[in-house]
Amino acid sequence: MKVEGNGPPAWLQALPFAAVFLFFFIAPLVLVAAVSLWPTSDYELLPGFTFQNYATIFAGCANLAEPCVTLKTYWSTLSFALETWAVTLLLGFAIAYFLAFHVRSATMQTLLFVVCTIPFWTSNVIRMISWLPLLGRNGLVNQGLLWLGLVDRPVEWMLFSGFSVVLTFVHLYTMFMLVPIFNSMMRIDRSLLEAADDAGASGWQTLWNVVVPLSRTGILIGSIFVITIVMGDFVTVGVMGGQQIASVGKIIQVQTSYLQFPLAAANAVVLLAVVLLIVVALNRLVDLRREL
Amino acid sequence: MTDPKNEASATAEADAKRRSLLKGAAGVFATGMFPAVHAQEKIVLRYLGTAVNQDKAIADKFKADTGIEIQYVAVNTDEVTKRAVTSPNSFDLIDTEYFSLKKIVPTGNLKGIDTKKIKNADKITTLFTTGMVGGKAVGDQGTAPKKVIYLEGEKSKNFAKAPTQFMSLIPTVYNADTLGIRPDLIKRPIESWKELLNPEFKGKAAILNIPSIGIMDAAMVVESMGLYKYPDKGNMTKKEIDLTIKTLIDAKKAGQFRSLWKDFNESVNLMASGEVVIQSMWSPAVTAVRSKGIACVFQPLKEGYRAWAAGFGLPATLSGKKLDGAYEFINWFLDGWAGAYLNRQGYYSAVLETAKAKMEPYEWAYWMEGKPAAQDIKSPNGQVLEKAGKVRDGGSYEQRMGAIACWNALMDENTYMVQKWNEFVAA
Repeated sequence: MKVEGNGPPAWLQALPFAAVFLFFFIAPLVLVAAVSLWPTSDYELLPGFTFQNYATIFAGCANLAEPCVTLKTYWSTLSFALETWAVTLLLGFAIAYFLAFHVRSATMQTLLFVVCTIPFWTSNVIRMISWLPLLGRNGLVNQGLLWLGLVDRPVEWMLFSGFSVVLTFVHLYTMFMLVPIFNSMMRIDRSLLEAADDAGASGWQTLWNVVVPLSRTGILIGSIFVITIVMGDFVTVGVMGGQQIASVGKIIQVQTSYLQFPLAAANAVVLLAVVLLIVVALNRLVDLRREL
Repeated sequence: MTDPKNEASATAEADAKRRSLLKGAAGVFATGMFPAVHAQEKIVLRYLGTAVNQDKAIADKFKADTGIEIQYVAVNTDEVTKRAVTSPNSFDLIDTEYFSLKKIVPTGNLKGIDTKKIKNADKITTLFTTGMVGGKAVGDQGTAPKKVIYLEGEKSKNFAKAPTQFMSLIPTVYNADTLGIRPDLIKRPIESWKELLNPEFKGKAAILNIPSIGIMDAAMVVESMGLYKYPDKGNMTKKEIDLTIKTLIDAKKAGQFRSLWKDFNESVNLMASGEVVIQSMWSPAVTAVRSKGIACVFQPLKEGYRAWAAGFGLPATLSGKKLDGAYEFINWFLDGWAGAYLNRQGYYSAVLETAKAKMEPYEWAYWMEGKPAAQDIKSPNGQVLEKAGKVRDGGSYEQRMGAIACWNALMDENTYMVQKWNEFVAA
């Protein structure tokens, strides 16, 4: 139905939000892309046009026997993203499934859901740092293991390692996976489950053929959240990796702090491209716009 | 538990404060006007720097003395430089390291400070003006302050070769860094920088993850291992950078480092928790570990120290009352109270003479002369730092500052160095 003469035209209504996007999203992005093509200089930004920054980033990357810093860094960041994604998906899905289908009363559901958000009541950094006294050489876990006689010397790989980084990511971001999956599960028509049961499907068959496909929008949204956050994170990798593990974000941060803005901008553009590719690939699997 | 005695003294103190406030108020009413000219228009100075000497006590004391308010803007070393270059109007006073000047001065964002307006300018320690301590020249590899302290004029983008009337920065605080160790866990004397990469401490060593400073520590190690002798550690060629980073990468791949650290607290935690037993460290961080009752030594080494220095600069656009206020603050800072405050924290102040006048003789003897403490040594906030009878690590001012081997620096090949450093982190 067409409503005419009723309030301002549609384009005017969309204008404020479009303006916000233009100024705070599009413009900075264009600027970053532009600066990535400027020549590098220590203390001033000189407009120009050069691909030198990109050449610097990928210098030596053709040799796959001894990968260059950029490839190695992207590989390590990507593998963190994948590992974290796998674990948070498993955990998030299991917890959401329990909350949505096994907890009967709405009050209990709400209560348990709030319990899940408790870690979010403290800051990101505190949640991260709280692992240090637990996992360290003289930390609680090691003391416990020594006391039980399971090991005869402190275990070192628990802290400042890939393990501690992934553990912290899982701790920090499972919630981002849980919430959208829980949301899609709550919208599943319960009679479908009954129908599956009536048709003789086993519990696993129902899970795989009914619940998983119907939760895929939630899974996709959660996956996008977790992967994009982990790809851009440098604080967690820094603190939990003992600053010894490279991440793309860390490289960009070091470069901006040394005023090498063009190089940092070029790195940011590359990172953006990689993350966008991942998101596009995920969207190929599930057509988000149609499903919502 | 409350200590009744303490409470009583606190009340007495509060009483005294109230009384002096009343007296002051009475004075104002009696004369019918406010005494200082500042009262006409309140001056607030935005002080950009690192948290190192942005002490609340200093701002409070200055306000009590002059009525001018200091508003601290605390960021890290790299960020100070970045703001000085990119947003020079966001502060009225900058406290930055000398090595940053090579980036800031060419932008013209700093004003040369007129030493004629600085009362104690001629008493600033010779370490800054001529690079000498006790009549002897110290190491000047890297960005030694004497190379960048003088500008050609008030509005100059160039460093002067010889002393002039205009200084780029008026020194505030400086020190010399070395390795910190846990003697209780190492159990043998440590004498050289090369111990940092000694396989004996595999998985228990750490190095600073601030590229421009970490590379200097690494250079000290490379030189002490006898791998290479740098013509100037503070300005390496690409080849020298490659060699230094390669040494670090080899050590990292062999599992030498437990962690790298970037800020003060991280280094304290690594050391206090026993994750690390040897690492490059800052003097007050060692003090912080020790005040937890954990043995930690700021170990003097035979190759000498890596020094750093910070100072006050004025933005080029500063004028009028704010400019006068900034000059007043700098003068006040060099006048002794702040200097004594910094010396008691284990740093060194720019004008020693005035600071000495504000310190107890036993404090001066411990901190500056390397003599055993005649009584317990306390920090400015009253915490006991060292028991009576102890001697400061590294000894006297002349022993410590006289053994400077190099200074924090900004290299010509800085971009390349940062890129290689990222390679080390990624290795």
